[in-house]
Amino acid sequence: MAIRDITLGQYYPGSSWIHKLDPRVKIMATILYIVALFVVDDFIGFAIAAAGLASVIIISKVPLSYILRGLKPVFLIISFTLIINMFMIKGEVLVSFWIFEITREGLRTAIFMAIRLILLIIGSSLLTLTTKPISLTDGIEALLSPFKKIGLPAHDLAMMMTIALRFIPTLMEETDKIMKAQQARGADFESGNLMSRAKALIPILVPLFISAFRIAHDLAMAMEARCYGCDIKRTRMNGMKFAGRDVAASILYVLFLAAIILQRVLM
Amino acid sequence: MSIEVRGLTHIYSEGLPHESIAIEDVTFKAEAGQLVGIIGHTGSGKSTLMQHLNGLLKPKSGTIVIGETDITADGVVMRDIRRKIGLVFQYPEYQLFEETVAKDVAFGPRNLGLSEEEIDARIEEAVEMVGLDYHAIKNVSPFDLSGGQKRRVAIAGVIAMKPEVLILDEPTAGLNPKAHEDILEMVKTIHRNENNIIFLVSHNMNDIARMSDKVLVMDHGKLVMDGTPEDVFSRGEELKAMGLDVPDSMEIVSKLKAKGMDIKGACLTMDEAADKIAEILK
Repeated sequence: MAIRDITLGQYYPGSSWIHKLDPRVKIMATILYIVALFVVDDFIGFAIAAAGLASVIIISKVPLSYILRGLKPVFLIISFTLIINMFMIKGEVLVSFWIFEITREGLRTAIFMAIRLILLIIGSSLLTLTTKPISLTDGIEALLSPFKKIGLPAHDLAMMMTIALRFIPTLMEETDKIMKAQQARGADFESGNLMSRAKALIPILVPLFISAFRIAHDLAMAMEARCYGCDIKRTRMNGMKFAGRDVAASILYVLFLAAIILQRVLM
Repeated sequence: MSIEVRGLTHIYSEGLPHESIAIEDVTFKAEAGQLVGIIGHTGSGKSTLMQHLNGLLKPKSGTIVIGETDITADGVVMRDIRRKIGLVFQYPEYQLFEETVAKDVAFGPRNLGLSEEEIDARIEEAVEMVGLDYHAIKNVSPFDLSGGQKRRVAIAGVIAMKPEVLILDEPTAGLNPKAHEDILEMVKTIHRNENNIIFLVSHNMNDIARMSDKVLVMDHGKLVMDGTPEDVFSRGEELKAMGLDVPDSMEIVSKLKAKGMDIKGACLTMDEAADKIAEILK
Protein backbone atom coordinates (compact mmCIF):
# COMPACT_ATOMS: atom_id res chain seq x y z
CA MET A 1 0.00 0.00 0.00
CA ALA A 2 1.65 3.18 -1.12
CA ILE A 3 -0.16 5.74 1.02
CA ARG A 4 2.96 7.85 1.33
CA ASP A 5 3.27 8.20 -2.46
CA ILE A 6 0.20 10.41 -2.96
CA THR A 7 1.50 13.80 -4.10
CA LEU A 8 -1.78 15.68 -4.60
CA GLY A 9 -1.98 18.56 -2.13
CA GLN A 10 1.52 18.03 -0.77
CA TYR A 11 4.13 20.69 -0.14
CA TYR A 12 7.32 20.50 -2.21
CA PRO A 13 10.12 22.15 -0.23
CA GLY A 14 12.02 24.82 -2.13
CA SER A 15 13.18 28.41 -2.00
CA SER A 16 12.18 29.66 -5.43
CA TRP A 17 10.63 33.01 -6.18
CA ILE A 18 7.21 31.36 -6.26
CA HIS A 19 7.77 29.71 -2.88
CA LYS A 20 8.62 33.06 -1.33
CA LEU A 21 5.57 34.94 -2.66
CA ASP A 22 2.99 36.16 -0.18
CA PRO A 23 0.37 33.40 0.22
CA ARG A 24 -2.43 35.95 -0.28
CA VAL A 25 -1.11 36.72 -3.74
CA LYS A 26 -0.85 33.02 -4.58
CA ILE A 27 -4.34 32.20 -3.33
CA MET A 28 -5.94 35.07 -5.24
CA ALA A 29 -3.93 34.19 -8.33
CA THR A 30 -5.09 30.57 -8.15
CA ILE A 31 -8.74 31.54 -7.77
CA LEU A 32 -8.53 33.98 -10.67
CA TYR A 33 -6.71 31.40 -12.78
CA ILE A 34 -9.53 28.92 -12.26
CA VAL A 35 -12.06 31.58 -13.28
CA ALA A 36 -9.93 32.49 -16.31
CA LEU A 37 -9.92 28.87 -17.45
CA PHE A 38 -13.68 29.10 -17.83
CA VAL A 39 -13.45 32.38 -19.74
CA VAL A 40 -11.20 30.79 -22.35
CA ASP A 41 -12.82 28.73 -25.06
CA ASP A 42 -10.44 28.32 -28.00
CA PHE A 43 -6.99 26.91 -28.62
CA ILE A 44 -5.12 30.21 -28.56
CA GLY A 45 -6.67 31.06 -25.20
CA PHE A 46 -5.67 27.69 -23.76
CA ALA A 47 -2.21 28.13 -25.19
CA ILE A 48 -1.83 31.43 -23.33
CA ALA A 49 -3.17 29.88 -20.11
CA ALA A 50 -0.86 26.89 -20.44
CA ALA A 51 2.13 29.08 -21.23
CA GLY A 52 1.47 31.14 -18.10
CA LEU A 53 1.23 27.99 -16.02
CA ALA A 54 4.37 26.53 -17.60
CA SER A 55 6.41 29.62 -16.79
CA VAL A 56 5.25 29.48 -13.16
CA ILE A 57 6.24 25.79 -13.01
CA ILE A 58 9.67 26.59 -14.42
CA ILE A 59 10.25 29.43 -11.95
CA SER A 60 9.03 27.30 -9.03
CA LYS A 61 11.62 24.56 -9.85
CA VAL A 62 9.12 21.83 -8.92
CA PRO A 63 9.93 18.88 -11.23
CA LEU A 64 7.25 18.32 -13.85
CA SER A 65 7.28 14.57 -13.20
CA TYR A 66 6.36 15.26 -9.57
CA ILE A 67 3.43 17.45 -10.63
CA LEU A 68 2.20 14.94 -13.19
CA ARG A 69 2.24 12.20 -10.59
CA GLY A 70 -0.43 14.20 -8.76
CA LEU A 71 -2.62 13.88 -11.86
CA LYS A 72 -2.71 10.09 -11.66
CA PRO A 73 -5.59 9.76 -9.18
CA VAL A 74 -7.80 12.09 -11.27
CA PHE A 75 -6.91 10.46 -14.57
CA LEU A 76 -10.07 8.37 -14.41
CA ILE A 77 -12.30 11.42 -13.98
CA ILE A 78 -10.61 13.18 -16.89
CA SER A 79 -10.99 10.24 -19.26
CA PHE A 80 -14.60 9.80 -18.17
CA THR A 81 -15.47 13.43 -19.03
CA LEU A 82 -13.57 13.11 -22.26
CA ILE A 83 -15.56 10.07 -23.36
CA ILE A 84 -18.96 11.36 -22.21
CA ASN A 85 -18.47 14.68 -24.01
CA MET A 86 -17.18 13.03 -27.15
CA PHE A 87 -20.24 10.84 -27.67
CA MET A 88 -23.06 12.88 -26.19
CA ILE A 89 -22.95 16.16 -28.08
CA LYS A 90 -24.96 16.41 -31.30
CA GLY A 91 -23.67 18.13 -34.43
CA GLU A 92 -21.77 17.48 -37.62
CA VAL A 93 -20.92 13.76 -37.64
CA LEU A 94 -17.26 12.84 -38.18
CA VAL A 95 -17.18 9.14 -37.43
CA SER A 96 -20.04 6.81 -36.67
CA PHE A 97 -20.22 3.15 -35.74
CA TRP A 98 -23.10 1.10 -34.35
CA ILE A 99 -25.06 3.51 -32.11
CA PHE A 100 -22.11 5.80 -31.42
CA GLU A 101 -21.39 9.02 -33.23
CA ILE A 102 -18.46 11.34 -32.81
CA THR A 103 -19.27 14.88 -33.87
CA ARG A 104 -17.00 17.81 -34.56
CA GLU A 105 -18.60 19.81 -31.73
CA GLY A 106 -18.39 16.84 -29.37
CA LEU A 107 -14.72 16.31 -30.05
CA ARG A 108 -13.99 20.00 -29.59
CA THR A 109 -15.83 20.21 -26.26
CA ALA A 110 -14.28 16.98 -25.03
CA ILE A 111 -10.74 18.09 -25.74
CA PHE A 112 -11.30 21.54 -24.27
CA MET A 113 -12.87 20.02 -21.17
CA ALA A 114 -9.93 17.69 -20.67
CA ILE A 115 -7.39 20.50 -21.13
CA ARG A 116 -9.39 22.69 -18.77
CA LEU A 117 -9.47 20.00 -16.09
CA ILE A 118 -5.77 19.24 -16.42
CA LEU A 119 -4.79 22.92 -16.21
CA LEU A 120 -7.18 23.41 -13.32
CA ILE A 121 -5.70 20.55 -11.32
CA ILE A 122 -2.10 21.47 -12.07
CA GLY A 123 -2.79 25.14 -11.34
CA SER A 124 -4.36 24.49 -7.98
CA SER A 125 -1.86 21.81 -6.97
CA LEU A 126 0.91 24.31 -7.72
CA LEU A 127 -0.53 26.43 -4.91
CA THR A 128 -0.18 23.66 -2.33
CA LEU A 129 3.13 22.47 -3.80
CA THR A 130 4.77 25.86 -3.29
CA THR A 131 3.03 27.04 -0.12
CA LYS A 132 3.53 25.61 3.35
CA PRO A 133 0.20 24.57 4.88
CA ILE A 134 0.67 27.05 7.71
CA SER A 135 1.21 30.04 5.43
CA LEU A 136 -1.66 28.81 3.28
CA THR A 137 -4.07 29.01 6.20
CA ASP A 138 -2.57 32.30 7.33
CA GLY A 139 -3.29 33.62 3.86
CA ILE A 140 -6.83 32.33 3.91
CA GLU A 141 -7.39 33.88 7.30
CA ALA A 142 -6.08 37.24 6.08
CA LEU A 143 -8.29 37.09 3.00
CA LEU A 144 -11.34 36.17 5.06
CA SER A 145 -10.77 38.76 7.78
CA PRO A 146 -12.82 41.51 6.05
CA PHE A 147 -15.83 39.21 6.59
CA LYS A 148 -15.25 39.22 10.35
CA LYS A 149 -17.49 42.28 10.48
CA ILE A 150 -20.48 40.21 9.40
CA GLY A 151 -19.66 37.60 12.04
CA LEU A 152 -17.50 35.14 10.13
CA PRO A 153 -15.11 33.46 12.61
CA ALA A 154 -12.12 33.79 10.28
CA HIS A 155 -9.51 32.86 12.85
CA ASP A 156 -11.35 29.77 14.04
CA LEU A 157 -11.93 28.60 10.50
CA ALA A 158 -8.26 29.06 9.70
CA MET A 159 -7.25 27.20 12.87
CA MET A 160 -9.55 24.31 11.97
CA MET A 161 -8.02 24.14 8.52
CA THR A 162 -4.50 24.25 9.92
CA ILE A 163 -5.27 21.41 12.29
CA ALA A 164 -6.99 19.36 9.59
CA LEU A 165 -4.02 19.80 7.24
CA ARG A 166 -1.55 19.15 10.01
CA PHE A 167 -3.17 15.84 10.92
CA ILE A 168 -3.62 14.36 7.45
CA PRO A 169 -0.10 12.89 7.46
CA THR A 170 -0.48 11.80 11.09
CA LEU A 171 -3.67 9.91 10.36
CA MET A 172 -2.18 8.42 7.20
CA GLU A 173 0.74 7.17 9.21
CA GLU A 174 -1.64 5.82 11.81
CA THR A 175 -3.66 4.03 9.11
CA ASP A 176 -0.49 2.58 7.66
CA LYS A 177 0.59 1.33 11.09
CA ILE A 178 -2.78 -0.24 11.89
CA MET A 179 -3.00 -1.87 8.45
CA LYS A 180 0.44 -3.38 8.91
CA ALA A 181 -0.39 -4.57 12.40
CA GLN A 182 -3.55 -6.30 11.16
CA GLN A 183 -1.73 -7.71 8.13
CA ALA A 184 0.81 -9.16 10.54
CA ARG A 185 -2.15 -10.93 12.14
CA GLY A 186 -3.05 -12.38 8.76
CA ALA A 187 -5.68 -9.85 7.66
CA ASP A 188 -6.18 -9.72 3.91
CA PHE A 189 -7.37 -6.47 2.31
CA GLU A 190 -6.64 -7.24 -1.29
CA SER A 191 -8.69 -10.26 -2.25
CA GLY A 192 -12.27 -11.44 -1.94
CA ASN A 193 -15.52 -9.91 -3.15
CA LEU A 194 -16.87 -6.47 -2.29
CA MET A 195 -18.66 -7.70 0.84
CA SER A 196 -15.65 -9.43 2.35
CA ARG A 197 -13.42 -6.49 1.47
CA ALA A 198 -15.77 -4.09 3.21
CA LYS A 199 -15.76 -6.39 6.23
CA ALA A 200 -11.98 -6.47 6.19
CA LEU A 201 -12.01 -2.71 6.83
CA ILE A 202 -13.51 -3.07 10.31
CA PRO A 203 -10.20 -4.06 11.93
CA ILE A 204 -8.71 -0.87 10.48
CA LEU A 205 -11.56 1.57 11.05
CA VAL A 206 -12.27 0.79 14.70
CA PRO A 207 -8.68 1.35 15.88
CA LEU A 208 -8.35 4.35 13.54
CA PHE A 209 -11.40 6.10 15.01
CA ILE A 210 -10.19 5.39 18.52
CA SER A 211 -6.80 6.85 17.64
CA ALA A 212 -8.37 9.90 16.02
CA PHE A 213 -10.44 10.62 19.11
CA ARG A 214 -7.43 10.10 21.35
CA ILE A 215 -5.31 12.47 19.24
CA ALA A 216 -8.08 15.09 19.14
CA HIS A 217 -8.54 14.88 22.88
CA ASP A 218 -4.79 15.22 23.57
CA LEU A 219 -4.54 18.15 21.18
CA ALA A 220 -7.50 19.93 22.80
CA MET A 221 -5.89 19.49 26.21
CA ALA A 222 -2.54 20.78 24.98
CA MET A 223 -4.18 23.81 23.36
CA GLU A 224 -6.19 24.60 26.45
CA ALA A 225 -3.09 24.26 28.63
CA ARG A 226 -1.60 27.03 26.54
CA CYS A 227 -4.67 29.23 26.96
CA TYR A 228 -6.13 28.80 23.49
CA GLY A 229 -9.60 30.31 23.39
CA CYS A 230 -8.87 33.03 25.92
CA ASP A 231 -10.32 36.20 24.49
CA ILE A 232 -7.05 37.85 23.52
CA LYS A 233 -5.91 39.30 20.26
CA ARG A 234 -3.27 36.91 18.90
CA THR A 235 -0.24 38.17 17.04
CA ARG A 236 2.10 36.23 14.77
CA MET A 237 5.77 35.48 14.95
CA ASN A 238 6.18 35.65 11.16
CA GLY A 239 3.74 38.29 9.97
CA MET A 240 2.97 38.44 6.27
CA LYS A 241 4.60 41.33 4.44
CA PHE A 242 3.64 42.50 0.99
CA ALA A 243 7.12 42.78 -0.52
CA GLY A 244 8.45 44.19 -3.79
CA ARG A 245 8.29 40.79 -5.46
CA ASP A 246 4.61 40.52 -4.57
CA VAL A 247 3.90 43.82 -6.30
CA ALA A 248 5.89 42.67 -9.33
CA ALA A 249 4.09 39.32 -9.39
CA SER A 250 0.69 41.00 -9.10
CA ILE A 251 1.43 43.33 -12.02
CA LEU A 252 2.66 40.46 -14.19
CA TYR A 253 -0.38 38.44 -13.27
CA VAL A 254 -2.81 41.24 -14.10
CA LEU A 255 -1.12 41.54 -17.49
CA PHE A 256 -1.53 37.80 -17.99
CA LEU A 257 -5.24 37.96 -17.13
CA ALA A 258 -5.66 40.97 -19.39
CA ALA A 259 -4.11 38.98 -22.24
CA ILE A 260 -6.57 36.16 -21.71
CA ILE A 261 -9.59 38.49 -21.58
CA LEU A 262 -8.43 40.53 -24.55
CA GLN A 263 -7.88 37.40 -26.58
CA ARG A 264 -11.43 36.28 -25.79
CA VAL A 265 -12.95 39.66 -26.62
CA LEU A 266 -10.99 40.18 -29.80
CA MET A 267 -11.27 36.71 -31.35
CA MET B 1 14.80 -23.40 12.09
CA SER B 2 17.08 -20.43 11.60
CA ILE B 3 16.91 -17.03 9.94
CA GLU B 4 19.51 -15.77 7.57
CA VAL B 5 19.46 -12.19 6.35
CA ARG B 6 21.91 -11.26 3.65
CA GLY B 7 22.71 -7.85 2.12
CA LEU B 8 19.33 -6.38 2.95
CA THR B 9 18.78 -2.82 1.68
CA HIS B 10 15.62 -0.72 1.72
CA ILE B 11 15.04 2.82 0.48
CA TYR B 12 11.97 4.87 1.41
CA SER B 13 10.27 7.07 -1.24
CA GLU B 14 12.77 6.07 -3.87
CA GLY B 15 13.05 8.65 -6.64
CA LEU B 16 11.31 11.37 -4.64
CA PRO B 17 13.18 14.38 -3.28
CA HIS B 18 12.80 13.11 0.27
CA GLU B 19 14.09 9.59 -0.42
CA SER B 20 16.10 8.08 2.41
CA ILE B 21 18.07 4.91 2.90
CA ALA B 22 16.34 3.10 5.74
CA ILE B 23 18.63 0.09 5.96
CA GLU B 24 21.75 -0.71 4.03
CA ASP B 25 23.49 -4.03 3.45
CA VAL B 26 22.33 -5.74 6.65
CA THR B 27 23.60 -9.30 7.09
CA PHE B 28 23.12 -11.55 10.13
CA LYS B 29 22.00 -14.98 11.23
CA ALA B 30 19.80 -16.11 14.10
CA GLU B 31 19.73 -19.74 15.25
CA ALA B 32 16.78 -21.75 16.51
CA GLY B 33 15.81 -20.97 20.10
CA GLN B 34 17.80 -17.77 20.32
CA LEU B 35 16.54 -14.58 21.89
CA VAL B 36 18.01 -11.77 19.83
CA GLY B 37 18.12 -8.26 21.27
CA ILE B 38 18.14 -5.34 18.84
CA ILE B 39 19.26 -1.89 19.91
CA GLY B 40 19.78 1.35 18.07
CA HIS B 41 18.94 4.99 18.21
CA THR B 42 15.52 6.26 17.04
CA GLY B 43 15.51 6.16 13.24
CA SER B 44 18.40 3.69 13.02
CA GLY B 45 16.31 1.25 10.99
CA LYS B 46 15.31 -1.31 13.63
CA SER B 47 11.59 -1.21 12.87
CA THR B 48 12.18 -1.23 9.11
CA LEU B 49 14.35 -4.32 9.50
CA MET B 50 11.69 -6.06 11.60
CA GLN B 51 8.97 -5.31 9.05
CA HIS B 52 11.05 -7.01 6.38
CA LEU B 53 11.30 -10.20 8.41
CA ASN B 54 7.52 -10.40 8.32
CA GLY B 55 7.21 -9.59 4.62
CA LEU B 56 5.37 -6.32 5.23
CA LEU B 57 8.09 -4.46 3.38
CA LYS B 58 9.89 -5.68 0.30
CA PRO B 59 13.62 -5.00 0.19
CA LYS B 60 15.30 -3.21 -2.68
CA SER B 61 17.97 -5.87 -2.63
CA GLY B 62 19.10 -8.73 -0.43
CA THR B 63 17.52 -11.97 0.77
CA ILE B 64 15.85 -13.25 3.91
CA VAL B 65 15.85 -17.02 4.28
CA ILE B 66 13.66 -18.40 7.03
CA GLY B 67 14.15 -22.12 7.51
CA GLU B 68 14.18 -23.28 3.91
CA THR B 69 12.12 -20.51 2.34
CA ASP B 70 13.43 -17.30 0.82
CA ILE B 71 10.64 -14.86 1.70
CA THR B 72 11.96 -12.18 -0.64
CA ALA B 73 11.55 -14.47 -3.67
CA ASP B 74 8.73 -13.89 -6.14
CA GLY B 75 5.65 -15.99 -5.72
CA VAL B 76 5.93 -16.74 -2.00
CA VAL B 77 2.59 -16.96 -0.23
CA MET B 78 2.42 -14.19 2.36
CA ARG B 79 0.00 -16.13 4.51
CA ASP B 80 2.59 -18.89 5.00
CA ILE B 81 5.18 -16.32 6.05
CA ARG B 82 2.87 -14.64 8.53
CA ARG B 83 2.01 -18.03 9.99
CA LYS B 84 5.70 -18.55 10.69
CA ILE B 85 6.59 -15.07 11.85
CA GLY B 86 4.61 -13.09 14.38
CA LEU B 87 5.20 -9.37 14.60
CA VAL B 88 4.07 -7.33 17.59
CA PHE B 89 4.29 -3.62 16.79
CA GLN B 90 5.03 -0.80 19.19
CA TYR B 91 1.97 0.06 21.28
CA PRO B 92 0.11 -3.01 19.97
CA GLU B 93 -2.90 -2.17 22.15
CA TYR B 94 -3.93 0.39 19.49
CA GLN B 95 -4.76 -2.42 17.08
CA LEU B 96 -7.46 -3.97 19.29
CA PHE B 97 -10.88 -3.70 17.70
CA GLU B 98 -13.22 -6.53 18.70
CA GLU B 99 -16.02 -6.53 21.26
CA THR B 100 -14.44 -9.11 23.53
CA VAL B 101 -10.94 -10.21 24.40
CA ALA B 102 -11.59 -13.74 23.12
CA LYS B 103 -12.81 -12.49 19.73
CA ASP B 104 -9.86 -10.17 19.35
CA VAL B 105 -7.31 -12.86 20.12
CA ALA B 106 -9.16 -15.15 17.69
CA PHE B 107 -8.64 -12.73 14.78
CA GLY B 108 -5.18 -14.01 13.85
CA PRO B 109 -5.88 -17.77 14.13
CA ARG B 110 -9.14 -17.31 12.20
CA ASN B 111 -7.26 -15.61 9.37
CA LEU B 112 -5.05 -18.69 9.24
CA GLY B 113 -8.15 -20.74 8.50
CA LEU B 114 -7.98 -23.03 11.53
CA SER B 115 -10.90 -25.08 12.84
CA GLU B 116 -13.10 -23.59 15.58
CA GLU B 117 -11.92 -26.12 18.20
CA GLU B 118 -8.31 -25.37 17.38
CA ILE B 119 -8.99 -21.62 17.58
CA ASP B 120 -10.67 -21.95 20.99
CA ALA B 121 -7.81 -24.01 22.35
CA ARG B 122 -5.25 -21.54 21.06
CA ILE B 123 -7.01 -18.46 22.47
CA GLU B 124 -7.13 -20.00 25.93
CA GLU B 125 -3.51 -21.06 25.77
CA ALA B 126 -2.31 -17.69 24.47
CA VAL B 127 -4.27 -15.64 27.02
CA GLU B 128 -2.95 -17.80 29.87
CA MET B 129 0.59 -17.54 28.50
CA VAL B 130 0.57 -13.74 28.66
CA GLY B 131 -0.37 -14.07 32.31
CA LEU B 132 -4.09 -13.26 32.22
CA ASP B 133 -6.96 -15.30 33.65
CA TYR B 134 -8.77 -16.56 30.55
CA HIS B 135 -12.11 -17.38 32.15
CA ALA B 136 -12.31 -14.04 33.96
CA ILE B 137 -11.37 -11.97 30.96
CA LYS B 138 -12.64 -13.69 27.83
CA ASN B 139 -15.96 -11.82 27.60
CA VAL B 140 -14.64 -8.43 28.72
CA SER B 141 -14.30 -5.63 26.18
CA PRO B 142 -10.59 -5.02 25.51
CA PHE B 143 -11.23 -1.29 25.84
CA ASP B 144 -12.19 -1.72 29.52
CA LEU B 145 -8.79 -3.15 30.46
CA SER B 146 -5.79 -1.33 31.91
CA GLY B 147 -2.91 -0.28 29.65
CA GLY B 148 -0.69 -3.21 30.62
CA GLN B 149 -3.54 -5.72 30.24
CA LYS B 150 -4.47 -4.35 26.82
CA ARG B 151 -0.92 -4.83 25.68
CA ARG B 152 -0.92 -8.43 26.92
CA VAL B 153 -4.13 -9.13 25.05
CA ALA B 154 -2.62 -7.65 21.88
CA ILE B 155 0.48 -9.82 22.28
CA ALA B 156 -1.72 -12.86 22.93
CA GLY B 157 -3.38 -12.12 19.59
CA VAL B 158 -0.05 -12.75 17.86
CA ILE B 159 1.08 -15.67 20.04
CA ALA B 160 -2.18 -17.46 19.27
CA MET B 161 -0.90 -17.81 15.72
CA LYS B 162 1.95 -19.92 17.15
CA PRO B 163 4.72 -18.23 15.18
CA GLU B 164 8.09 -19.92 14.97
CA VAL B 165 9.67 -16.48 15.08
CA LEU B 166 8.25 -13.80 17.34
CA ILE B 167 9.24 -10.17 16.90
CA LEU B 168 8.50 -7.77 19.75
CA ASP B 169 9.04 -4.10 18.91
CA GLU B 170 9.56 -2.28 22.21
CA PRO B 171 7.01 -4.30 24.13
CA THR B 172 7.61 -2.34 27.34
CA ALA B 173 7.39 1.21 25.96
CA GLY B 174 5.32 3.54 28.10
CA LEU B 175 4.50 1.04 30.85
CA ASN B 176 4.99 1.55 34.58
CA PRO B 177 7.86 -0.34 36.29
CA LYS B 178 5.62 -3.14 37.55
CA ALA B 179 3.97 -3.74 34.17
CA HIS B 180 7.42 -3.49 32.55
CA GLU B 181 8.74 -6.36 34.70
CA ASP B 182 5.58 -8.38 34.08
CA ILE B 183 5.95 -8.07 30.31
CA LEU B 184 9.59 -9.19 30.45
CA GLU B 185 8.63 -12.18 32.59
CA MET B 186 5.95 -12.93 30.02
CA VAL B 187 8.51 -12.83 27.21
CA LYS B 188 10.65 -15.33 29.12
CA THR B 189 7.65 -17.61 29.64
CA ILE B 190 6.75 -17.49 25.95
CA HIS B 191 10.33 -18.22 24.97
CA ARG B 192 10.50 -21.17 27.35
CA ASN B 193 7.16 -22.66 26.30
CA GLU B 194 7.35 -22.15 22.57
CA ASN B 195 11.13 -22.43 22.15
CA ASN B 196 10.90 -20.07 19.19
CA ILE B 197 13.28 -17.40 17.96
CA ILE B 198 12.42 -14.09 19.62
CA PHE B 199 13.58 -10.70 18.40
CA LEU B 200 13.34 -8.10 21.13
CA VAL B 201 13.70 -4.45 20.12
CA SER B 202 14.29 -2.16 23.08
CA HIS B 203 15.87 1.05 24.27
CA ASN B 204 16.46 -0.38 27.70
CA MET B 205 19.99 -1.79 27.84
CA ASN B 206 19.42 -3.49 31.19
CA ASP B 207 16.60 -5.53 29.64
CA ILE B 208 18.59 -6.40 26.54
CA ALA B 209 21.65 -7.39 28.58
CA ARG B 210 19.81 -9.80 30.82
CA MET B 211 17.41 -11.29 28.27
CA SER B 212 19.38 -11.79 25.05
CA ASP B 213 21.58 -14.59 23.74
CA LYS B 214 22.74 -12.33 20.94
CA VAL B 215 22.68 -8.59 20.39
CA LEU B 216 22.45 -6.65 17.12
CA VAL B 217 23.29 -2.93 17.09
CA MET B 218 21.89 -0.72 14.33
CA ASP B 219 23.21 2.74 13.53
CA HIS B 220 22.10 4.94 10.61
CA GLY B 221 20.65 1.98 8.75
CA LYS B 222 23.71 -0.21 9.11
CA LEU B 223 24.29 -3.21 11.31
CA VAL B 224 27.38 -2.10 13.23
CA MET B 225 27.71 -4.80 15.91
CA ASP B 226 26.62 -8.42 16.10
CA GLY B 227 27.68 -10.56 19.03
CA THR B 228 26.98 -11.84 22.52
CA PRO B 229 25.78 -9.26 25.07
CA GLU B 230 29.20 -9.54 26.79
CA ASP B 231 31.01 -8.63 23.55
CA VAL B 232 28.69 -5.83 22.55
CA PHE B 233 28.39 -4.14 25.92
CA SER B 234 32.13 -4.27 26.56
CA ARG B 235 32.42 -1.78 23.68
CA GLY B 236 30.84 0.92 25.83
CA GLU B 237 32.67 3.86 24.28
CA GLU B 238 31.52 3.01 20.75
CA LEU B 239 27.94 2.54 21.94
CA LYS B 240 28.00 5.93 23.66
CA ALA B 241 29.33 7.55 20.49
CA MET B 242 26.17 6.25 18.76
CA GLY B 243 24.01 7.81 21.46
CA LEU B 244 23.33 4.46 23.13
CA ASP B 245 23.85 3.38 26.71
CA VAL B 246 25.39 0.41 28.44
CA PRO B 247 23.62 -1.50 31.21
CA ASP B 248 23.91 0.13 34.65
CA SER B 249 25.91 -2.83 35.95
CA MET B 250 28.52 -2.46 33.20
CA GLU B 251 28.72 1.27 33.88
CA ILE B 252 29.42 0.72 37.59
CA VAL B 253 31.97 -2.00 36.89
CA SER B 254 33.84 0.08 34.33
CA LYS B 255 33.98 3.04 36.73
CA LEU B 256 35.30 0.79 39.50
CA LYS B 257 37.86 -0.65 37.08
CA ALA B 258 38.99 2.89 36.25
CA LYS B 259 39.51 3.45 40.01
CA GLY B 260 41.76 0.40 40.11
CA MET B 261 39.45 -2.39 41.24
CA ASP B 262 40.34 -5.64 39.50
CA ILE B 263 37.02 -7.00 38.18
CA LYS B 264 37.26 -9.68 35.51
CA GLY B 265 34.85 -10.11 32.61
CA ALA B 266 31.51 -8.44 31.92
CA CYS B 267 28.59 -8.12 34.33
CA LEU B 268 25.28 -8.08 32.53
CA THR B 269 23.06 -7.82 35.60
CA MET B 270 23.26 -6.01 38.89
CA ASP B 271 23.31 -9.33 40.77
CA GLU B 272 26.32 -10.50 38.81
CA ALA B 273 28.12 -7.21 39.45
CA ALA B 274 27.27 -7.35 43.16
CA ASP B 275 28.62 -10.91 43.44
CA LYS B 276 31.90 -10.04 41.75
CA ILE B 277 32.41 -6.91 43.85
CA ALA B 278 31.62 -8.84 47.05
CA GLU B 279 34.13 -11.50 46.01
CA ILE B 280 36.89 -8.88 45.74
CA LEU B 281 35.97 -7.05 48.93
CA LYS B 282 36.00 -10.27 50.97
